[in-house]
Amino acid sequence: MCTVCGCGQGETRIDPDRKFAGARFEPLDAVAHALAPALVSHTHAHEHEHSHEHEHEHVHADGTMHRHPHPHAHVHAHDGGHLHGELHAHDAAHEHDHEHDHDHDHDHEHDHDHDHDHRHADPHLLPATASGLSAPGIPESRLVRIEADLLAKNDAIAQRNRAAFAAHRLLALNLVSSPGAGKTTLLVRTLEALRTRLPLAVIEGDQQTSNDAERIRATGVPAVQVNTGKGCHLDASMVERAFERLGTLDDGVLFVENVGNLVCPAGFDLGEAHKVVVASVTEGEDKPIKYPDIFAASSLMLVSKVDLLPHLEFDVAALVANARRVRPDIAVIHVSSRTGEGMDAWLDWIEAARTAQGRSG
Amino acid sequence: MHEMSICNELARMVAERAAADGFASVRRVVLEIGALSHVMPEAMVFGFDVATRGGPAEGAVLEILRPPGTAWCADCAASRELAARGDGCPVCGGHKLLVTGGDELRLKELEVV
Repeated sequence: MCTVCGCGQGETRIDPDRKFAGARFEPLDAVAHALAPALVSHTHAHEHEHSHEHEHEHVHADGTMHRHPHPHAHVHAHDGGHLHGELHAHDAAHEHDHEHDHDHDHDHEHDHDHDHDHRHADPHLLPATASGLSAPGIPESRLVRIEADLLAKNDAIAQRNRAAFAAHRLLALNLVSSPGAGKTTLLVRTLEALRTRLPLAVIEGDQQTSNDAERIRATGVPAVQVNTGKGCHLDASMVERAFERLGTLDDGVLFVENVGNLVCPAGFDLGEAHKVVVASVTEGEDKPIKYPDIFAASSLMLVSKVDLLPHLEFDVAALVANARRVRPDIAVIHVSSRTGEGMDAWLDWIEAARTAQGRSG
Repeated sequence: MHEMSICNELARMVAERAAADGFASVRRVVLEIGALSHVMPEAMVFGFDVATRGGPAEGAVLEILRPPGTAWCADCAASRELAARGDGCPVCGGHKLLVTGGDELRLKELEVV
């Protein structure tokens, strides 16, 4: 609640049987209310955070019963346009819907979803005396417009990398996948197939160990390992530093193997020409719609481990359809590192990408 | 959680601006995170408190504006609102959609003292 005019800004209402905490309000509004009691017209945009706890009771087949508390927190941000006019009459009609999904594990597993809708229209009039002409102790604030992309620094370094790769006539590919999709094995096969034809290098990203770089170096291709530590993705600056350490490489292909993660690498441009997502047939067909950002950012999906298809109930067509729901023009190649199936198509795709880059560069 | 590194970058940007503009503290930080961006607002709220500790934005209110996703539907030949990537066109249900907006990830403004 606004501490100066008491207008209910930031107040969160939820089901009465639940506890909540942590409603936020904006200091600016407090100041504005205090300094200009009448004829103030301002908009509250706000965010509330509330966490609440509720208890579940379960009765098991054998008659035992247990209860457990179930805390959850959620935040909703909204641009709530409520205007205040004279006398702070306001008609704060804000409406919010939110949905909670929560899973919890115990000896039996269940999911439940509940939606709740709450609306509150709380017109209230405050007496003009509620706010004086100044609020002692609250210093005046000012607004500073910034309008800057939060990834601007990363993107600027990525552009620098892109220019460096272009200057060396290198095709840079950013390989992304979940852990265990077979990126490194596929990369080793790819390097073995290409190394007599083209200059190659690899930047390997992993949280820890240099195992993958060692596997790559065993093929005779230079590799730099980047350990991200607690980081969940490579960023453009890591790639820039790794590229400097690689030494000279011209007219070839630079593979960047990202940290195994289908979420975080999506937003970080490394300066690559393309992201290539590897999805194995031992994962779910719905991966592209569960993790849409990474598939939307990728030019090519390599469907890996297709040699296992006879042993699996996996619908490749459904995987491809899901990928095209998030990226209608995504190219798809089925590959097997074990049998070599699809490797020619993948190498052709790389060659076509090199040609396209050469034309545009 | 890539939101943490984005929050660290946000804290760095705010501190840089504070040094350049000569303000001591920030009361409110306004971000714009589009509905189709790759960032979870909840995770940003969490990361913000940690990342801003000890800097000018410590204790500031984080306000998050959420512009809706928009896409061009090739089948309808019209611009449509899109709640999430992977969703169909809300009118024809098709997926020939080209995302045109809603992937913003911007620091819009600061309220400073």
